[in-house]
Amino acid sequence: MKYTFSNRLKIGSYIAMGLGLVMLIAGFMNTPANVEEAKAMVAAAHSDGHGGHGGDAHADQTNAMASHDGEHAEEAAGHGEGHSASHDEHVYHQLKNRPWSALYVAAFFFFMISLGTLAFYAVNRAAQAGWAPLLFRVMEGITAYLVPGGIIVFVLLVLSVLHFNHMFTWMDADVVAHDALLQGKQGYLNPTFFLIRAAIFLGGWIAYRQISRKLSLAQDKADDDSNFKKNFRWSAGFLVFYLISESMMSWDWIMSLDPHWFSTLFGWYVFASMFVSGITVIAMVTIYLKSKGYLQEVNDSHIHDLAKFMFGISIFWTYLWFSQFMLIWYANIPEEVTYFVTRIEHYKLPFFGMLALNFIFPLLVLMNSDYKRVNWFVIMTGIIILFGHYMDVFNMVMPATVGENWHLGIPEIGGILFFGGLFVFWTFTALTKEELMPKRNPFIEESRHFHY
Amino acid sequence: MASTTFRALYDDDDLLMHAVKKLRSEKYHIEEVYTPFPVHGLDKAMGLADTRIAITSFLYGCLGLAVAITMMNYIMIQDWPQDIGGKPSFSYLENMPAFVPIMFEMTVFFAAHLMVITFYLRSKMWPFKKAENPDIRTTDDRFLVEVAVGNDEEALKELLLDTGAVEVQVPKK
Repeated sequence: MKYTFSNRLKIGSYIAMGLGLVMLIAGFMNTPANVEEAKAMVAAAHSDGHGGHGGDAHADQTNAMASHDGEHAEEAAGHGEGHSASHDEHVYHQLKNRPWSALYVAAFFFFMISLGTLAFYAVNRAAQAGWAPLLFRVMEGITAYLVPGGIIVFVLLVLSVLHFNHMFTWMDADVVAHDALLQGKQGYLNPTFFLIRAAIFLGGWIAYRQISRKLSLAQDKADDDSNFKKNFRWSAGFLVFYLISESMMSWDWIMSLDPHWFSTLFGWYVFASMFVSGITVIAMVTIYLKSKGYLQEVNDSHIHDLAKFMFGISIFWTYLWFSQFMLIWYANIPEEVTYFVTRIEHYKLPFFGMLALNFIFPLLVLMNSDYKRVNWFVIMTGIIILFGHYMDVFNMVMPATVGENWHLGIPEIGGILFFGGLFVFWTFTALTKEELMPKRNPFIEESRHFHY
Repeated sequence: MASTTFRALYDDDDLLMHAVKKLRSEKYHIEEVYTPFPVHGLDKAMGLADTRIAITSFLYGCLGLAVAITMMNYIMIQDWPQDIGGKPSFSYLENMPAFVPIMFEMTVFFAAHLMVITFYLRSKMWPFKKAENPDIRTTDDRFLVEVAVGNDEEALKELLLDTGAVEVQVPKK
């Protein structure tokens, strides 16, 4: 049976995109035009003290001021003025960065969902998993978003290279000229090579997605299993390429936002985040389709298995998060620990809140075997996990680009709405294109009778 | 005389599964099944209640976590305050990253070991226990079903042979 995109969902995705776009534009309009305006905006935000964050930031700011004053008294007056001017300049850039970062976080988050799904799909192909074939069309629908999502992320990276924003400080030749560490990294971290790498990664991922989709569809019409076998080889090859390129992508697109800082397991960490988000979305889309009367042969055991992956990969993510945190915390080397100091000082709630959402919540809720079969339970948990991993990306990007001036306000929500709408629209449009159930997959019978 | 049982022996696990389903559909009461290896789906076919071992495991895990926290708080913070990683805060919470691996390991250790011990005791297996096996061949290649005899002995015997039993043992009266 072919899926028809229900009008309500389609209109919902249009509204989300429209509203998101308006909010994003409002976010861009609200940025200060010059340093003076930036100063005024920060002052206004602080005197409002809106939200819990405003109050905290204000207190921090006062402390920082007090210690500054102390230093200034000992220093020459001229030098002090220069310092505060450069601080204002810095705040101005952070405020300018805010809508860009909101756009980038949301664009990357939804792109990473479809990339995580692609990795999960490839794993199932390469392992010749018997339980999964009923879900392959769903996964292929989600990975269809890789094309627009990847192109949008690439365009954002190009705009960064062209200095439309100051998210990546190492792209600024002036900054590099005064920074010995960045000069040392120039061989790798330079705009041209950066874009070439991004093009290679995206090209490789999108190429595999299209080839595998084509073979998957051809298998349905063929009278032997040659397409299936070819797909197996492509998938195994892709996984090798993916594991290397994904790791480098995470250094390039995220870790280089803090160009002095590095963590050797960062690639794995980002991978865990995208993997669990991807699997969660597979489960949610499958349950949605089931509730609309499609995919009736997908039974509770399939959902159970997906929920087990959500549970397991959530714990895997926590394991990596903690491994990264504990080593740096223990060693306490200034250039490494600054990463976590910034986050704990200025991002306390999102930083620790994300741990509760991504670890404690799925751990307790999905531990019971029976709950993994209750569909609405999986949906609710999925929403929390997705929000938690959005916050994960938020915590990876924002401290480097907007620093203390973070909010979860209009541009951020606008970004989520816009890319969420686009993601839903693209995924469900792709789902209407073909039969939802593969016919000639050699393992389809096993998948139909899958039970735990 | 409700306690008399027939023992039917099978030489194939598929036959056994069919026999168990057949017996249950004819409302016979299956006392026990002995198999040389775990037969997938047999518990459901026999209508056994779901295991509750997972709940005990969770409780044991919580116990292990509590033991780890109490133990380390006493050893590292109270009894002999340690300067951990050059951060002499002497607070459990502030030093927690250093303790997390032990908290995790103790949770797993308690959950795993106590769960296995619980499983053994619940299965009535303890040291020096004599095996309850009615027929030694079930440790090799035979599957044995113990069925409570209803009113009609002959009908049950017939049914068991019909389902492919290679042997039906009728206990002497």
